[in-house]
Amino acid sequence: MITIELSTVDWLVIALYFLFVLGIGFYLKRYTKGEEDFFLAGRKNSSWVAGLAFLSANLGALELLGMTGNTFRYGMYVAHFYWIGAIPAMLFLGIYMMPFYYSSRIKSIPGYLKLRFDEKTRVLNAISFGVMTLLVSGINLYAMALVLHTFLGWNWDVSMWISAATVAVYVTMSGLLSAIFTEIIQFFLIWFGLFLVSFLGLVEIGGLDEIFSRVPAAFNTLWSTSSNPIENGMLVTWGGIVLGLGFVLSFGYWTTDFLVVQRAFSAKDLRAARMTPIVASFFKMAVPFIVIVAGLIAYILAKDPSSGFQLLQDGGQVNYDSALPLLIARYYPPGLVGLGVTALLAGFMAGQAGNISAFNTVWTYDIYQSVLNKKASGEHLMWMGRMATVVGILLSIVTAYWAKGFPSIMDYMQAIFSWVNAPLFATMLLAMFVRWITPNGAFWGLLAGMGSSFTLFLAVKFNWIEMHVITLSDVASDMAANFWRAWWAWLICFGVTIIVSLVTKRKPDEELIGLVKGLTPTTDDGSLPWYRKPGPYALASLLVVVVLNIIFW
Amino acid sequence: MSTENRKMKSIWYFVGLMLVAMGAVVMGSGMYSFLNPGEARTVLAELHPALWWGIVMVIAGLIFLVVQRRQMSGSKGASQS
Repeated sequence: MITIELSTVDWLVIALYFLFVLGIGFYLKRYTKGEEDFFLAGRKNSSWVAGLAFLSANLGALELLGMTGNTFRYGMYVAHFYWIGAIPAMLFLGIYMMPFYYSSRIKSIPGYLKLRFDEKTRVLNAISFGVMTLLVSGINLYAMALVLHTFLGWNWDVSMWISAATVAVYVTMSGLLSAIFTEIIQFFLIWFGLFLVSFLGLVEIGGLDEIFSRVPAAFNTLWSTSSNPIENGMLVTWGGIVLGLGFVLSFGYWTTDFLVVQRAFSAKDLRAARMTPIVASFFKMAVPFIVIVAGLIAYILAKDPSSGFQLLQDGGQVNYDSALPLLIARYYPPGLVGLGVTALLAGFMAGQAGNISAFNTVWTYDIYQSVLNKKASGEHLMWMGRMATVVGILLSIVTAYWAKGFPSIMDYMQAIFSWVNAPLFATMLLAMFVRWITPNGAFWGLLAGMGSSFTLFLAVKFNWIEMHVITLSDVASDMAANFWRAWWAWLICFGVTIIVSLVTKRKPDEELIGLVKGLTPTTDDGSLPWYRKPGPYALASLLVVVVLNIIFW
Repeated sequence: MSTENRKMKSIWYFVGLMLVAMGAVVMGSGMYSFLNPGEARTVLAELHPALWWGIVMVIAGLIFLVVQRRQMSGSKGASQS
């Protein structure tokens, strides 16, 4: 069923977008002279550029569609993903972890594991990250084709191949440099393309107060219904939100996922790198204005028969992801429709570019150079990065076709993050803050954490154990199970790493200088005026998010 | 750093250019609808959102271009900021 019809002027806006991203790729190619330009964007970015790219790498179209749909189902609880589920972790990365990452001049997260521990821990993380990235990239590609086919009637194969080829062309030409440029273009397209949906919805319904007065009580609170899972639509307790989402999943993603952290590595100096996630945090906490407000508007309109607004149905099931595209179709005239569709398209393609640029770096440095060709020159590594980009895109397309024949793979996407990122956060936390953690402790802890998360996922999926065993409550949604599984995987990794470290040999302190707290000079901001220091901005960000939580308690 | 690197345009130039180009198209479409009011097919069409949003985008784009131009003339550095 086609819900959005495009006019000539809409096609013109979409064509302009493709012209811009390809043009930027060609333009930047002449400035991509060495491996540092290709893999780290030359390490020349300001905190604004790196910060917006840091946020945009996460702000994909799937997230915008999914979170708007989730708000329709669960109400304001979805804001937890943007506030407690993001801001503390981003600030922790900027204030406490970035000095270790940036000062050690590593090129990837597995590269840190090599310096802090050993080669086997690095390769284990590199392979799991590579597999996860290609899976997520392929599933994103499939989801994009599905959305474009469902809402615009575009041919599945054509839309997938054209967008994949476009990403392949501009990332192959200038690597992370063009990925970051297009991510920032995407950031502005999303705000200019989708902000108006919420604004016009507010005008139609009569303001924010009117919206809150017309949704159920559980839909406009964040915490007051979290002590009893039955009282909130997400069927989760505050414990699951704080430990699973706010601590493990959030910190695991924002502080260790190379897709986002790579953007901070492109900053021009340590201060800019530390400011990167702090700058991003202010924009992250504003995203609910698009997704939460739009989701609540869709809910109110769908409950009002006179509005003529209904979500799509797929085989008798409500398609919650249709909320945002249907609002675009409701409010946007020709021209603006093209802008809204371009915003979604840019979200998909920039997400694809982000995944591929992270993959080509980890493949080139942490698998190819580390295991297969230790003496490769910089020029050869850049060539390998370009080849990895093309092969990565092709593997993503294969994954997308696989997902097409096996649609339930979509259900596993959130779970994939908890298999890799949740235990890795335990490893990184111990690596940076406990000097006696050993290489063998890290390796076996990481392996146990990933294995336990995967096993718990299978155990619940195939009913080997009851879900309440891991969620600690009789009532729980799949999302609640995901939060809790991440927590247990983190705890198992944390525990095994410590136990094995107690009985195995540690690295000498002189090899850990600059990598571990206590053996690294404290970051000295003393010479900077207060308004140039990261600390006050992080504190301001934290205060704003606390106030938002209190307002919507 | 090479001469070419010093001349590289910042990302804000491309953001400005894109906002002006897309804003002009959206504004033109809104202007056409304003001058040729037909049967409204979208909710709140009477507010002419394409017209004024297009204007907002063009103004925002021009601000980016002007600020970027002043930055480039004030600094010949290699930063992509």
